[in-house]
Amino acid sequence: MSVGAEAVAAKGWLGAHKWLLARRVSQLGILALFLLGPLAGVWIVKGNLTFSYTLDFLPLTDPYILLQTLLTGHLPETKAIVGVFIVLVLYALVGGRVFCSWVCPVNMVTDAAAWLRERLGIKGGAHVSRETRYWILAMTLILALATGTLAWELVNPVSMFHRGIIFGIGAAWAIILAVFLFDLFVMKDGWCGHLCPVGAFYSLIGKVSLLRTVAVERAACNDCLDCFVVCPEPQVIRPALKGVDGAGPVILAANCTNCGRCIDVCSKDVFAFGSRFGNRTGRHSSPAKSITPATCK
Amino acid sequence: MLDSARMACGVGLLGLGIGLYAKQAKALPPLALRPPGALAEKDFLGACVRCGLCVRDCPYDILSLANPEQPVATGTPYFVARQLPCEMCDDIPCVKACPTGALEHQLTDINKAKMGLAVLVDQENCLNFLGLRCDICHRVCPVIDKAISLESRVNARTGKHTLFIPVVHSEHCTGCGKCEKGCPLPVAAIKVYPTELARGEPGEHYRLGWVEKEKAGGSLVAPDIQHQYNLPEGLRYESGRGFVPGGEAPPATPGMRPAVPRASQGDKL
Repeated sequence: MSVGAEAVAAKGWLGAHKWLLARRVSQLGILALFLLGPLAGVWIVKGNLTFSYTLDFLPLTDPYILLQTLLTGHLPETKAIVGVFIVLVLYALVGGRVFCSWVCPVNMVTDAAAWLRERLGIKGGAHVSRETRYWILAMTLILALATGTLAWELVNPVSMFHRGIIFGIGAAWAIILAVFLFDLFVMKDGWCGHLCPVGAFYSLIGKVSLLRTVAVERAACNDCLDCFVVCPEPQVIRPALKGVDGAGPVILAANCTNCGRCIDVCSKDVFAFGSRFGNRTGRHSSPAKSITPATCK
Repeated sequence: MLDSARMACGVGLLGLGIGLYAKQAKALPPLALRPPGALAEKDFLGACVRCGLCVRDCPYDILSLANPEQPVATGTPYFVARQLPCEMCDDIPCVKACPTGALEHQLTDINKAKMGLAVLVDQENCLNFLGLRCDICHRVCPVIDKAISLESRVNARTGKHTLFIPVVHSEHCTGCGKCEKGCPLPVAAIKVYPTELARGEPGEHYRLGWVEKEKAGGSLVAPDIQHQYNLPEGLRYESGRGFVPGGEAPPATPGMRPAVPRASQGDKL
C-alpha cells in the first residue's frame, strides 16, 4: 500500500492532506504578498526574506544574515535590528524550522524532488551526515568574518530563489534546478535535510521554541512507518514516538520543521501540534512498543 | 574524530572556493554604480543584506539587484549610468529605505553624494574637443558649472576659434551619470567611474608652491627671486612678437601669464 493510503482511507483525502495544503497556502500566500507590489502595484510587503518592510511599519530581518553582517564588522541601523528581534520571537513561538516548511520557497522545490523520487522509485545515492549543515553554517560565519563580506550570499540558493522570484531570477534558476536535481538523484532530502545552513541556523532557534509536534496518542501507533517515510527529518520522530530512554511524546529535536506531514499521514491520529511542555502534563499515552530498527536512522 | 576531520576538510574546501569567489566579486565592474550614500565597496558588501528596498523606493526605477550571472555581487543594488542615470531626488528615498546603513543615512544632501566620478575618457572623439559646441554633458549636469565647467582654449587647428573643453571637478561631481547618459556619441566620451578608478593621487610629500605661498601669506623664499631672461645679446623678448632687436628686456612682472598661447593666435600659423 502506498504511503498515506491508510490515512486517506480513514480520514478522507482532505483530512490526510490538510497540513500539507495549509503549508502550500502559507508558502504561496507569502510569495503572493511579496509579489503583489511588483506585479499589481499593491505595496503591502516590500523587500524579500532577508529583510522586508510590511505596510511601512513592520520590519522583519533574517537573523542569520544579520549575524553575518555583524561578523563583517558592520553595525546595522535600528530598523534591521528591531526586525531581527521580531523574527526571533516569532520563530521561538512557532518553531525555528517553521521557516523551512511554511515560508521558504525552496521547500516547494525540494518537496517536489522528494515526491518525484518516491514516484520514480529512486533509491540510495550519496550519504553525508545530517550534521553537515552545521559545519556549513560555521563555515559561512567564518567566511563573513574572514572576507568582511556576505560571501555566502553570493551563492545562497535560498535567498537567491526568493529574491529572484520577486526581483527577476536571472541565471539563479540554474542553481535552483541544481538543488532539485541534487535532491532527486544524488541525495534524499539532500539540500534541506543535510546541507542548508539557513535551516541549520533556524534549527538553533528551534532548540527552545514553544510549538511542537507531539506524539500524543503514541500507544495507538500501528508501526505502519508512513510518518517515517514522509518526514523530511525522520530521525526526530523515534525518541518521542517510541519513548526511547523514557522520552516523553513531545518531539523536542530542533530539526523537526513542524510541517505536520506526520499528522496528515497517520491513520491513527497519533500526532498533533502541542507545546514543548506537553511532556509534563501526563495526558499522553505510554509509548508504542515496537519499531523496525533499520528505518529509524 | 575521523568523521570530524573529513567534514572539516570537505566543508573547508567548499568555503575556500566561496571565499575565493567572494574575493573576485569584491571588484565592482567600472560600469556598475552603487546608489547614493553607498559605503566603500568592501564595507558595502558586508553591510548590504540584498533586500532590495532601495530598488523599490527609487521613484525612477533605475536600480536593479544583480543576478548571479552578472559581474556585480549577487543581490546587491546597482545602476548603469548610460542606461538610466540617478535623478538625484532631494529626499533621497533609496538611502532612507536602507535598513542596514549600507547606504549611509548621514547623506541628506544629494549634492554631496559620491556615486562615482565623471571622466572625459575620450578626448579624440568628444565633440567639444573637436571644436564643436555640443556642450550636452555640461548642460545636463545637475550641478552645472560646478561639477562640469567649460574651459576655453585655443583651437589650434583653425587658429581662430575657441575650444570649450568640459572639465569635471571632483569636489562637486556626484557621479549621477547624467553626462554619460546625455553624451550623443554612440559610445559615450564621458563616463562615470567608481571614484577610486577615476582619480589619481598626489604624492604625500608634494607641496604646491602657490598654495603654500597663499597659506603663508607671502613668499616662502625671501627675497622673491627676480626672473631673468637669458637672451642673445642685442635682442629682447616682447610678448606677442617674440624676439625683437633692441636693448634690455622689460622687467619681469610676477604672475605674468605665459605668453605662448597668445603668440600662436592670429594668422601667423
